Amino acid sequence: MGLEAKLNSEGFLVTQLDAVVAWARKNSVYPMPMGISCCAIEMMAAADPKYDIARFGSEVMRFTPRQCDLMIVAGTVTYKMSHVVRKIYDQMPDPKWVIAMGACTSTGGMYRSYSVVQGIDQFLPVDVYLAGCPPRPDNLLNALIQIQNKIGRTRARDFQNLKLPELNVIQNN
Amino acid sequence: MELKELISQKLQANFPEAELEFSEFRNEFNVKFNKKFVNPICKFLKEDSELEFLLCEDITAVDWAKRKNRFTVVYHIFSLKHNFRLVVKADVDESDCNIDTVSSVWKTSDWQERETYDMYGIKFNNHPDLRRIYMPEEFEYYPLRKEFPLLGIPGSLPLPKK
Amino acid sequence: MDRLTKDDVHPKILQKLLEDSDITFEDALENEMVLNMGPQHPATHGVLRLLLRLDGETVVGCVPDVGYLHRGYEKMAENMSYYEFIPHTDRLDYISPMANNVAWVLAVEKLAGIEVPVRAQYIRMIIAELTRVASHLVAIGSFAMDVGALTVFLWTLREREKIMDIWDILCGARFTNSYTRVGGVANDAQPEALALVKKFIDEIDSNLSECESLLNTNRIFIERLDGVGVISKEDALSYGYTGPNLRASGVEFDLRRATPYLQYDKVDFRIPVFTEGDCLARYFVRADEVRESAKIVKQCLQLMQPGEIKANMPKSVLPQKVEVYSKMEELIHDFMIVNFGINPPVGEVYHAIEGSKGELGFYLVSKGEGHPWKCKIRSPSFIHIQSLPHLVKGHMVSDVVAIIGSIDPIMGEADK
Repeated sequence: MGLEAKLNSEGFLVTQLDAVVAWARKNSVYPMPMGISCCAIEMMAAADPKYDIARFGSEVMRFTPRQCDLMIVAGTVTYKMSHVVRKIYDQMPDPKWVIAMGACTSTGGMYRSYSVVQGIDQFLPVDVYLAGCPPRPDNLLNALIQIQNKIGRTRARDFQNLKLPELNVIQNN
Repeated sequence: MELKELISQKLQANFPEAELEFSEFRNEFNVKFNKKFVNPICKFLKEDSELEFLLCEDITAVDWAKRKNRFTVVYHIFSLKHNFRLVVKADVDESDCNIDTVSSVWKTSDWQERETYDMYGIKFNNHPDLRRIYMPEEFEYYPLRKEFPLLGIPGSLPLPKK
Repeated sequence: MDRLTKDDVHPKILQKLLEDSDITFEDALENEMVLNMGPQHPATHGVLRLLLRLDGETVVGCVPDVGYLHRGYEKMAENMSYYEFIPHTDRLDYISPMANNVAWVLAVEKLAGIEVPVRAQYIRMIIAELTRVASHLVAIGSFAMDVGALTVFLWTLREREKIMDIWDILCGARFTNSYTRVGGVANDAQPEALALVKKFIDEIDSNLSECESLLNTNRIFIERLDGVGVISKEDALSYGYTGPNLRASGVEFDLRRATPYLQYDKVDFRIPVFTEGDCLARYFVRADEVRESAKIVKQCLQLMQPGEIKANMPKSVLPQKVEVYSKMEELIHDFMIVNFGINPPVGEVYHAIEGSKGELGFYLVSKGEGHPWKCKIRSPSFIHIQSLPHLVKGHMVSDVVAIIGSIDPIMGEADK
């Protein structure tokens, strides 16, 4: 007995609007490919015919932050780059999620040096950390599934503390 | 005549006051001289019709830490005519930390000298655009100097607010 | 519906429309604006930032800004042993990790005076050439994607995945390999891996022709690239160009021929040279080099004989793991090399190989200690990016995208 059979016999379906929204949202995640270094190549490989990220509804990589809800930070973030990453994150509309792809994004990894940020969670909220240097494309797909599970669990009340951006309306008195 | 002899003879004939020193290690020919002559000698090596070192592969510096002439600026140049690589060196002291630019000879040396300045703080006189290249402009230290710690100086590079 | 005739349109509107061709208006920006491209931009191949000054849509000035991926390799190299740095070279030019491994160990071997067995040299040649194939495939694919042909990208990436599968068998990692060791390679090439190499090499010619058939007769592709981003022979040399970009400007210079290393003087190959020096020539050189690399690999497979894969110098070459666990002397050597490193003699060397982007060189200064006193990486991408202001001047903004794709920079090695 599937969805169609129930709809055919009874003509309607009872569920929560919250659940429908979350279900729709989790199956159409638009990633923002923040490709910085080596991991970006594996992210490209995840989109190629062999691994095919389209099976999980996330093949629509948008290069503008305004159209995305998932940021995949793929590569070493240096201090010089951190300001740019933060700026792009701020430009993404809420609700939004972040994958820290690879060891050097999560913790600094093998780059224990003066110019590398030791983990992007120092300036960004991260949802999924992904191990590997770089992680294999299948691993990235796993992270995507984790994010999808997380999105599937969200309800409207999770966002009640979310502030709308303040608009400065100029009034003519 | 072998090319190494030719180079040393030509340089000695044209620049007798340059304090030339020749050495060889692992079949690489090194020429070292006073830093005042870097521009004329490089120009000569490039334009002499028998040598033609047209390709400047690499410019860098070495920090010897506790030595009188603390830095050595190293140029690797290549002659396509002879398939021969020559290493050109000049010593720079910390108290007088500058050397003439060769960006008028090879255009590629523009960025390579900027990189050397960024990493070691050696100033290149008459350089067209001597700015930092890798590190932000407000960074105060020179990372590849030996006294600079590998992990950097805490707080020297700001992070964005959370 | 009847077609409108000239009289149907109100004469006043018609008058205005005819005048439209020579409309003049006051430009508030005085015809010049500054466009900031990058560091996060899909066409800049990484985190390259370009500041462009535009007149209308024509570029009049350009200042590249690099350093967004500066990871401090040279400082890290001064603090670790020669063996420890091998995995770091993978991440320099991350499209061709194996070639970087080969370049590093060749420089260290030159410094320490280690002779490598012939079989190991042939294995190194095979991996270096296959890496060049993989790198050029990505370069061609992403270049085509930059000018709007997405299919080619997917097809070349499909070919690249086959090379990744070979790496998987050869050394256990598909992307960052760290396969070479000072004095040889980590393990002998398995017959399965060599069989896959042979199969790949036999097929690459027709598979590449398939990709090329989408581009070489494509008028949009040709007309967008023909005569764009021209650099003359003299300028290319003065800017320090090497590799495919230099050969596209008409200089027949290849380090494999000029200063032969490994066994390159034993194999026969052609150096593809084009004289136009534009984006199209750079694409043609890369496509031709893929075929030449395949030819070299084919000869290596024939010339390769069974034999040792590591030099017999226990003081400076790591022993095989099996022997470390079973023999006392090997255990001691392993302990000494891992803890104190190999101690090459005092001196300084520069060794360069023909990497996939151009001349990849390492300058090492040793004070006789276990770690290098100084390490300088001569990366071709850094040098090529420097010439961008010269290349893009006078072209449109959309040509800038094509020009960046044609010189194929990798920011990992440009920023070090």
